[in-house]
Amino acid sequence: MNNSFIQINGISKHFGNVKAVDDVSFEIKEGEFFSLLGPSGCGKTTLLRLLAGFEYPTSGSLLLDGIDITALPPDKRPTNMVFQNYAIFPHINVEKNVQFGLRKLGLTNDEIIKRVKDVLSLVKLEGYEERYSSQLSGGQRQRVALARALVRQPKVLLLDEPLGALDKKLRDEMQLELRTLQKEIGITFVFVTHDQQEAISMSDRVAVMSEGKIQQMSSPNELYKNPQNIFVSDFIGETNFLKANTELKDGEYINVNIENLGSFKIKNNLNISENASEVICSVRPETMMIDTEKSDWDICLEGKIKQTSYLGEMTKFYVETKEIEKIITVSSQYFDNQSFQDGKCFISINLNDISLLNKK
Amino acid sequence: MEQKNNTLLIYTLLYFAFLYIPVLFLPIFSFNDANYMSFPLSGFTTEHYEEMWAKTNLHKALWASIKVGVVASIVSTTIALFAAKAFARYKFRGQNISYGAIMIPFLIPEIILAVAILVIWLSLGFKLGLVPVTLGHILFCTPFAMLILIARIEGFDFSLEEASRDLGENAWGTFYRVSLPLYLPGIIASLLLSFIISFDEFVLAFFLTGSDATLPMYMWAQMRFIQKLPHVLALGAVIIVFTTFIVLLAFWLRNLGQGKEKAEFGIKIHE
Repeated sequence: MNNSFIQINGISKHFGNVKAVDDVSFEIKEGEFFSLLGPSGCGKTTLLRLLAGFEYPTSGSLLLDGIDITALPPDKRPTNMVFQNYAIFPHINVEKNVQFGLRKLGLTNDEIIKRVKDVLSLVKLEGYEERYSSQLSGGQRQRVALARALVRQPKVLLLDEPLGALDKKLRDEMQLELRTLQKEIGITFVFVTHDQQEAISMSDRVAVMSEGKIQQMSSPNELYKNPQNIFVSDFIGETNFLKANTELKDGEYINVNIENLGSFKIKNNLNISENASEVICSVRPETMMIDTEKSDWDICLEGKIKQTSYLGEMTKFYVETKEIEKIITVSSQYFDNQSFQDGKCFISINLNDISLLNKK
Repeated sequence: MEQKNNTLLIYTLLYFAFLYIPVLFLPIFSFNDANYMSFPLSGFTTEHYEEMWAKTNLHKALWASIKVGVVASIVSTTIALFAAKAFARYKFRGQNISYGAIMIPFLIPEIILAVAILVIWLSLGFKLGLVPVTLGHILFCTPFAMLILIARIEGFDFSLEEASRDLGENAWGTFYRVSLPLYLPGIIASLLLSFIISFDEFVLAFFLTGSDATLPMYMWAQMRFIQKLPHVLALGAVIIVFTTFIVLLAFWLRNLGQGKEKAEFGIKIHE
């Protein structure tokens, strides 16, 4: 397997004064399901369009399987794209849509028929050959878009928020299906999304983008457990931020003085050696415990529940304590939410669950 | 409320009467068995139509108008298509100014346009005839064609063109296989309306035709002789029917695929 199948070398794309993509370099492995994740306007779609050839970079170069594709037009690149709105040709039927990209590949008629048949069965659209785009549901259009791109057997499949327009249930289904499909055919997928849950659940690796730069690139697990900065920590899941100053380093641990809470010895995941540098401590809501009574955990704060929201599988609490203005925590479905009297509660935190984040 | 609706209805009827009664006189008198336009009607006849068709000069004028109309509509639609695409697809500096510049022939009094073309054409040493008429009509039809095509192309999903490029088609292949079939209803509507505008046009033709009369010029020439009036009426009636048909067809085509049901396709063509 080629570890640098796609090489992105110092790519920038400026639109006027806006740096949509700002000096980005990374590599994507062959056969990988790679996601570009970020809020709208972070440059993820621009980066995908640079890979597809719809935009040309202001500077930098792109290599695909060792070949420089930086200046190639889209029709000369071994990539295919699934568009956000699917872009199914409305004037031709499903079969003609899927055949569209085969004309220039120099295939015989029999090969074309076989390929179209195979890919339609792959995306479970047999029997829909004669339909037009206007006669298809959102999910079916998505499958046509997928079939139309895959039938060309591209080296890389680019997907631009393909699940965004589907309702939640269908989206969850398609996530699983896309993942299975990708494993089955082994084509490299580059997937753009703003939905962190989607990126985490499907990808081998995720690049979190913000303001044209990559904030962190790692496996979904690593991204959640070990975010490198506030942006990533905040964007991936939900978390509580506590201001702190570092004190003495102690082997793998470091003493930090958390605002209003005092000094604690926690794991030095950032490898900070400086004394008195400002850091942020992050505590995930699900690592905390909320109860009616005091616990013997490392930190236990008395607080008042300001607001609750029932989410079905759990309940989310917004709690105010004397020390910290707002804490978000969750309880499991087994917990009786009615047991808090006048909103009085205790929040417990284990030091193991506190991680340090860089300030910027 | 009932009262108000009635007022509106009466107003609407009066408005339509004002619009169409004068026009309706033409077909009515064209079937009247008399040489002058006055009531009471003196009998039904199709004689005027036979008489009209027997005129060889009319055939010549009709042919001239068709030639001018076909060329003017094709050229102005082609120019307008590329311009409309640029306006709808891209944002560029001077967009509003160039849009205005293209629309100006629309607003300049036709007679001024006609005189200007006449002066330039003659000072260049060319002869009057159907060529300057055609050029004038192209100038005059292009803004109409632009309006129709911009309406069609605006809201066009340009990711369809990107999808085509992505699927291995070059720019021309994309235009031929994706853009053209989807613009086609608009293009045909533009061709038809431009043709009609050119076909009915009088002022430019009056100044620029020289001896090759177009159909409106022929009609005008005939009007001077009272005995020729009835067959001009017949011709006028035919033109009204023909024009109405073409305009309705053009509007139907223009709205095709943009109707309430929001069917997303233009014209289905099979390769």
